[in-house]
Amino acid sequence: MAMMEEPLALPSGTVARSRPLGAFSRPRETSGLVTWLTTVDHKKIGIMYGAAALFFLIIGGIAALMIRVQLAVPDSEFLSAEFYNQVFTMHGTVMVFLVVMPIGAAFANYLMPLQVGARDVAFPRINAFSFWVFFFGGLMLNTSWFLGGGADGGWFNYAPNNGIAFSPSNGIDFWNIGLFIAGIGSLTGSVNLITTVLNMRAPGMSLMKTPVFTWMTLVTQFLLLLAIPVLTVAQILLASDRLFGANFFNVEQGADPLLWQHLFWIFGHPEVYLMILPAFGIVSEIIPTFSRKPIFGYPFMVFSGIAIGFMGWGVWAHHMFVSGIGPLSVAAFTVATMFIAVPTGVKILNWLATMWGGKIILNTAMLFSIALVIQFTVGGLSGVSHAMAAHDTQQTDTYYIVAHFHYVLFGGAFFGFIGGMYFWWPKAFGYMLSERIGKLQFWLMVIGFNLTFGPMHILGLQGMPRRMQTYSDAHGFNFWNMAATIGSFILGFSTLMILLNAFVSYRKWVAADRPNVGADPWDARTLEWSIQSPAPDHNFDHDPVVTSLDDFWHRKYQKDENGVLRRVATGDELAQPGNGEGVHLPAPSYWPIVLAGSIPIIGYGVIYSLWLVIPGAVLMMASIYGWALEPADDLDIDDHHDDHAKELETVS
Amino acid sequence: MTDIADSATDVVDDVASADDHAPADHGHDDHGGHHTSLGLSNMKLAMWLFLGSECLLFGALISTFLLSKARFITELVAGNPRVIESIPAGLAEEFIEAGTVEPIYDIPFTSGSSFILLMSSLTMVLAHKAVSEDDDLQTKIWLGATALLGSTFMAGQVYEFTVFYREGIEYGTSLYGSAFYTLTGFHGAHVTGGILMLLSLLVLAFRGKLKSNRAETVELVGLYWHFVDIVWVLIFTIVYLIP
Repeated sequence: MAMMEEPLALPSGTVARSRPLGAFSRPRETSGLVTWLTTVDHKKIGIMYGAAALFFLIIGGIAALMIRVQLAVPDSEFLSAEFYNQVFTMHGTVMVFLVVMPIGAAFANYLMPLQVGARDVAFPRINAFSFWVFFFGGLMLNTSWFLGGGADGGWFNYAPNNGIAFSPSNGIDFWNIGLFIAGIGSLTGSVNLITTVLNMRAPGMSLMKTPVFTWMTLVTQFLLLLAIPVLTVAQILLASDRLFGANFFNVEQGADPLLWQHLFWIFGHPEVYLMILPAFGIVSEIIPTFSRKPIFGYPFMVFSGIAIGFMGWGVWAHHMFVSGIGPLSVAAFTVATMFIAVPTGVKILNWLATMWGGKIILNTAMLFSIALVIQFTVGGLSGVSHAMAAHDTQQTDTYYIVAHFHYVLFGGAFFGFIGGMYFWWPKAFGYMLSERIGKLQFWLMVIGFNLTFGPMHILGLQGMPRRMQTYSDAHGFNFWNMAATIGSFILGFSTLMILLNAFVSYRKWVAADRPNVGADPWDARTLEWSIQSPAPDHNFDHDPVVTSLDDFWHRKYQKDENGVLRRVATGDELAQPGNGEGVHLPAPSYWPIVLAGSIPIIGYGVIYSLWLVIPGAVLMMASIYGWALEPADDLDIDDHHDDHAKELETVS
Repeated sequence: MTDIADSATDVVDDVASADDHAPADHGHDDHGGHHTSLGLSNMKLAMWLFLGSECLLFGALISTFLLSKARFITELVAGNPRVIESIPAGLAEEFIEAGTVEPIYDIPFTSGSSFILLMSSLTMVLAHKAVSEDDDLQTKIWLGATALLGSTFMAGQVYEFTVFYREGIEYGTSLYGSAFYTLTGFHGAHVTGGILMLLSLLVLAFRGKLKSNRAETVELVGLYWHFVDIVWVLIFTIVYLIP
């Protein structure tokens, strides 16, 4: 009977095998590569986002280390000026778009449906499509290394520097088209995840009983939904200029190149917040768990996140104080920028208040979270002080700015992500990461990070411009540059230790005959810990019913007759047994990856030869129709319960 | 093509035969999905979100057009020789005299095609009503009429582009040309996408697969279609009517 309440369908093998367009039927493999290529499971897709991000992290990391080697000593000839331009541009682009954003997507995909008690996201096939189109877009961007060189205009590629006159290679075209394609994935992903949060919460889970991480996911995805199209327009204009001879940024024809800066930063500032908010969500789950206290001021946490989301749209021109936007604009954006520090400060305060008086357990995940709070505060202070235009004018385009945004994005966002990996690793993979290696990694990362980016504050104040290929001995930048380079290698090594830890811990786990880590190894608070580890394919055996915020915690701990909080059950006792019998899941499909694969063909066609666009477009249209005609036994089309009847017959 | 159509029919048949007994066994709400937290179907929520995103897309494009047109006219009137050379001498004189780009437009013609596009929203609503009532004939008529009106509008745009091009407004030569063709062209691409969706629905209708259980699909296409129409109201006002 339980299954009668289940709205979802599992491929039970009885569905008539249909082959839309005579091509692919629903795949039936249960293991191997095909399951990953065709999966629509949000957990597998989340893991693939994470793996892809680590892959791109290595590319972006190598670029970073090349920059540091080049700058280690004065008058270095390690990289030519032309190649150096490509390396720092691609470093920034890859890290922002292909590392930090997808790691955020990885956590959102894996955790959010579990936290809201859903079987999957609202549109599982679109979810797979979002991943593949992001991945192919990222790969396409990186093929520019082999096809005449990468983009070389800085990660924000200001006009008119991004025009064909100043950047004649195809690098910026790849930047343009590759990110445009990856952006399609962000857009479809955001529609999907917002729909999931808003529409698929477990019975009883009102929005104000939703975990903070899920809230931050919602805000993040709204920012993506509304920011990506602005970048898309900027890229369309630039592509029209570069490839089809339009004049949007052609100063000779009277165009105003400042348009690019406005469009880019209207996208770019929400982008900054959508990179950090997922990490804020992650530490908002970790800190209460290891302080043994509920999060302090939950509604403030939620509303400050929303406030950041709204205000993030009104501060973009603080990136442009030296662009000549006029005193009135400067004043307005100064005030707005100062205001946006308030909700961020609220969050910092709430994390501190959560820890205050708690029984703090200093394990690796918690250490990374505390490091986020401290390092993000440093980066936030160096950031908000730039709201003052005079200060900004002094520091802009120096290493001080480089230090600032690495403190927020690496010291903040990335530290939070690593902490989140330690925290949720047992849930995703069924074994714990080694705490010993983890703590070693933590301390090496803290040392490496601060040694790399701390000195950049000093270098910036000394006047070292960013993006300078080299400097002379007489500048006096030698010592701190060398220090930063040493730090960067410590940082690079310690970042990779997450992979080392995963490998070593896995070997140990296998050697110990795969002991069960239990559903709830951290005695945590949210619904994802109420199912077995690793999370079973079907997530929940039955819909959890939620009565309060941190419902799972309140089922474990209740007040006795004297009003003393006592543990009444362990997480393992309460956890759902993971019996997926009779549960119906959306079936895997080839179409998402085929459709995603057709888009870069069009992309290459736009750059090289419009003839190539034709096969790409034909494949795209065929995939769209193939997708739409695929027998619907998953959630993502309107007749999703069509073959339920057959399923029901089989099961009953 | 027949292959594709055949396999499509097979699939739809499978789906339809499953549909026959699904609701009886199922006991859930009859269509449009499961219980959702907001009581709004996932597809509809997703469509609204997508349209929200589209607002920003067209917002940025319209802003770009306004800025580019203003810069173009300013530079033209100020006598920037490069800008003057970017369009034929006759047009340049007319533009400078008027102080706007208005002389290029044929307002009565575009008003006509705008009226046609807006009327297609009416037929779209009628199509949705017909499909909700399982009125097959009217469904086909109104879906077809919507697609036809949309196509007429597109024909008008193609004609207009041709006229502009012949008069010397080219995509690559002047800033105004780039801005005009990009904004209106993007809108045209959206209309074309809508026409494709309508034709797909029409194929379903002629195969007898478009019944009231798929009314929401028609409604979603309708949402998109109305959105594209509303955007045109903005574009028509901003590009054509405001000097």
